[in-house]
Amino acid sequence: MTTDSSATIPLRILIADDNQSDRMILKAILTRHGHEVIMAEDGVQAVAAFEQQRPQMVLLDVLMPNMDGLEAARLIKAAAGEDLVPIIFLTSLSDAESLASCLEVGGDDFLTKPYNRVILRAKIHAFQRMRDLHQSLQDERDRTDQRNRQMMREQALARRVFDNIAGRGCLEADNVRFEASPMSIFNGDVLFASPKPSGGMHLFVGDFTGHGLPAAIGALPMSEIFYGMTAKGFAISDILREMNRKLQNILPTGFFCCAAMIDLNLRSGDAEVWNGGLPTAWILRHDGTQDELPSRHLPLGILPGERFSAACERHKLALGEHMLLATDGVIESSNGEGEMFGEERAVAAIGQRRAPDEGFDCLRDAAHWFGEGVVSEDDITILDVAMVQESALGALEHEVLPDTGTGPEQWRLQYDLRDRSLAEFNPVPLLLHVCMDVPGLRLFSGDVYTVITELFSNALEHGVLRLPSGLKDSPSGFSRYYSERERLLGQLDSGWVSITLEHQAHGDDGGGTLLVTVADSGPGFEFREGASSLNHEQLSGRGIALVQALCHDVRWNQNGNCVEAKYTWRSG
Amino acid sequence: MSEQQHIDHDALSELRGVMGGDFVILVNTFLQDADDRIHHLRQGAATGDVENVRKMAHSLKGSCINIGAPELAERCRTAEQRGRDGDLSDIDACIGAIEEELIAVRAALESFQGS
Repeated sequence: MTTDSSATIPLRILIADDNQSDRMILKAILTRHGHEVIMAEDGVQAVAAFEQQRPQMVLLDVLMPNMDGLEAARLIKAAAGEDLVPIIFLTSLSDAESLASCLEVGGDDFLTKPYNRVILRAKIHAFQRMRDLHQSLQDERDRTDQRNRQMMREQALARRVFDNIAGRGCLEADNVRFEASPMSIFNGDVLFASPKPSGGMHLFVGDFTGHGLPAAIGALPMSEIFYGMTAKGFAISDILREMNRKLQNILPTGFFCCAAMIDLNLRSGDAEVWNGGLPTAWILRHDGTQDELPSRHLPLGILPGERFSAACERHKLALGEHMLLATDGVIESSNGEGEMFGEERAVAAIGQRRAPDEGFDCLRDAAHWFGEGVVSEDDITILDVAMVQESALGALEHEVLPDTGTGPEQWRLQYDLRDRSLAEFNPVPLLLHVCMDVPGLRLFSGDVYTVITELFSNALEHGVLRLPSGLKDSPSGFSRYYSERERLLGQLDSGWVSITLEHQAHGDDGGGTLLVTVADSGPGFEFREGASSLNHEQLSGRGIALVQALCHDVRWNQNGNCVEAKYTWRSG
Repeated sequence: MSEQQHIDHDALSELRGVMGGDFVILVNTFLQDADDRIHHLRQGAATGDVENVRKMAHSLKGSCINIGAPELAERCRTAEQRGRDGDLSDIDACIGAIEEELIAVRAALESFQGS
């Protein structure tokens, strides 16, 4: 007789039978097959032996003293827990009526007397395959659990990385409120806010298509562009164009970002708004009405650069008036009955406000109450921003541009823009960049930005385009002023602005003087809107007043089409 | 009654192949165990303990099937059924029949071992 062990992976098998001769026969067969055998004479012994020695398979007689096989099977199955431990009941063919109860307590098979070693071996093989399958399923489940935990860790890590990049804005400013879960980025929602070097702030609400990491992946370049370009003094339209270009390059077809961006100008009390694919936002007025800010563009990342429009709507906001934006997670959240919250409910909710500053709470509470127990709060992103006096905000933490620190301290630069280039290109970020190369000057980027921007705007708008500044003083004139500016820029085919920057280091105290000279092709004061006096305030509006506050010397040439401002700074 | 009907020679040959040197011990264990069971069976019958009668007869039946003593197993099955039915009216006769067959099986097994 040959041994059969070669075909079988050895198992530890428990035999429980009160009949000694039957135990001997089974043990002989199993040992010959190469298995390790544990023996018990009744149910109590069987359970104890199982717990101590954890056999991988159990052969149980049904009728045994002390504890019968049925009860022993129940206890063994319970003790086995998640492990698959096959239990084979030992019976005679004539005991058929007891077979059903054997199955009920968790028995897996029967072995009938007389024991046949061929059948027994076949059964053990079958169970071994079952055990292997069970084990591999459990291993797979454990691996899945582990991967899941790993993914959660990675998401938390990604969140921290993202916060390091994006968390530096001014979302905590006194005039900003928002609702967004810490993990909202994995629903594709992003919120950015950053002070501008010239004062005021840029705000951005985005909602990427999709969920999870794919939705979060576009958020990093978005925040880099938003914070980086805002700090460098780029205008809202430049930033939107760059975001669109970037997303179009990196996102696969079908992925895009519904977004709204606001350029909040605290000094002039106006806001430029661009809405591409987000639900209609609102301006909440003091008189209890609200202006709608509907989406007028396709989301970011869809249109190629030449077809993308960064045209913004400009709105005047009185102090204490609010703008309220939400991603479509709010509008599309559904309740227990599968009903959508919807725009109508959103409008009804903000209609409950008693003042502009209550709109945020009204909308948030209504959305939460509506979706109670159904929507995960992860899906709700709301942003509220109030028009306030700049002084009321206190010092916002400005993005400090990296100090290149090794640039020249003594230099002169002349930059001329003419004709269509003048209409289409904003030279300020470029010029600011040059200035920031001066070691130490980056700490004054806001001042430098303001001086260059205001003098350039003044030259372009009042000098070249000959827009009357008095127009801006009334709300209706305000919007007329900007539509007129757009119209004239579109028609501009001749004219120039020349900007000269000259920097002198002081040498002793580490500071310096930046001389900004801006000349334009316009006719000068004498011919502007009939003003004959040299009342700069009246002529040039708030912008020039600011420049005068920042510079210790501002002077015009006789014609009034060339201005020279001397900005002096000291380090430390 | 011939020896052939008391034990299953083919089954026993197979069993001897499986058990090897332990075959003698197995046979002796079986016979010793059978004596014990019959003793308990008698006790159960005397005290009217139908459950004990059922269990003892059942257990002995199982080992008879395994050792290759079909007639003895059949007689145990009859006694087991009496226990299950709770009818011990002819249990003494049933046990007597088992004892009678066991004597024949014992003889046949000793003869088989010597063959």
